[in-house]
Amino acid sequence: MIGVGGKIKQYTNVLDKPLSKGRQEVSLSAFAFLFSELVQYNQTQVDNITELERRLEDAGYAVGTRVLELLCHREKGNRRETRLLGILSFVHSTVWKVLFGKVADSLEKGTEHEDEYMISEKELLVNRFISVPKDMGAFNCGAFVAGIVRGVLENAGFPAVVTAHFVPMEGQQRPRTTILIKFADEVLRREAMLG
Amino acid sequence: MAPAAPRTGDAVFASVERVNAELFTLTYGAIVRQLLTDLEEVDEVNKQLDQMGYNIGVRLIDEFLAKSNISRCVDFKETAEVIAKVGFKIFLGVTATVTNWDAEGTSCSLVLEENPLVDFVELPDTCQGLYYCNILSGVIRGALEMVSMKTEVTWVRDILHGDDACELRVKLVKQIPEEYPYKDDD
Repeated sequence: MIGVGGKIKQYTNVLDKPLSKGRQEVSLSAFAFLFSELVQYNQTQVDNITELERRLEDAGYAVGTRVLELLCHREKGNRRETRLLGILSFVHSTVWKVLFGKVADSLEKGTEHEDEYMISEKELLVNRFISVPKDMGAFNCGAFVAGIVRGVLENAGFPAVVTAHFVPMEGQQRPRTTILIKFADEVLRREAMLG
Repeated sequence: MAPAAPRTGDAVFASVERVNAELFTLTYGAIVRQLLTDLEEVDEVNKQLDQMGYNIGVRLIDEFLAKSNISRCVDFKETAEVIAKVGFKIFLGVTATVTNWDAEGTSCSLVLEENPLVDFVELPDTCQGLYYCNILSGVIRGALEMVSMKTEVTWVRDILHGDDACELRVKLVKQIPEEYPYKDDD
């Protein structure tokens, strides 16, 4: 196929390339600059905070979809988890470790509702350089990470509603971020059937 | 005496906090996809990416100067080398080569063999006019403007368009004379 300027266009198929080991790194500030542009751009597209969080979550969802596919190939020999606790620990350990360089601080089951789980992080990477102005209330950039989690879960067959919240910590200046995962009914029914 | 400016950014890159390049790459991909959905026109996306890059460049130069220990460059040639060997290294962990100088020494090419932004990316037919990494040209333009250099940055080669490397043409348009915000006391 002839491309622009008479160049022969070669289709370089990403699937033909060997899968990278994923050890490459960029500076944290490069990511922080980029993420800040993502937030600022989305701010120009919305007129309320819910909408802004939804857009950040969408962006994260797209990342989550790809992360699941990539990690299932690379880390798990083309297998993916089919059980609830399996996929949760995959998110909490494998996904977190690859994306943020560490396992998430904690993974807990909600005490009041059977279908709720929480992943907590003392200092979430995306919130590190962000201070939310007072007039933006409960806005949390963690929505992006919530989107990543939802992208991984949903594409693995575990549809869920995932939200990010600030939880004030006693004796700490900054609140921690909790990612709340509420699974769809079908997930719990299937899990009960599997026993 | 101040320590000599580094000739490569290796030491600085080794000392700064780093994150997985895949998180960076996929996040960038998510941005590009959002722009394509919102703006629909590939040209508009190119413009928006360049604008975002410019905003980053304007802020990034401060961190660059603070961490790299580099002071004023004697000429544009040195500037280009610094961008290629120190700038790219500190932020993206890769280096570029500087080639194809014109006779006046005011324009050159930065060639990137490795580019973390293009991992996992394949341009569909509908996006052939897209300069996927256009954010980079904005960053360079914005950063140089902060050190009094007005430049034009254009894409010559792009791995995603089937070339063997990414090549950015950087042209020095003019040196902006420094204007001090204060008047000399009479």
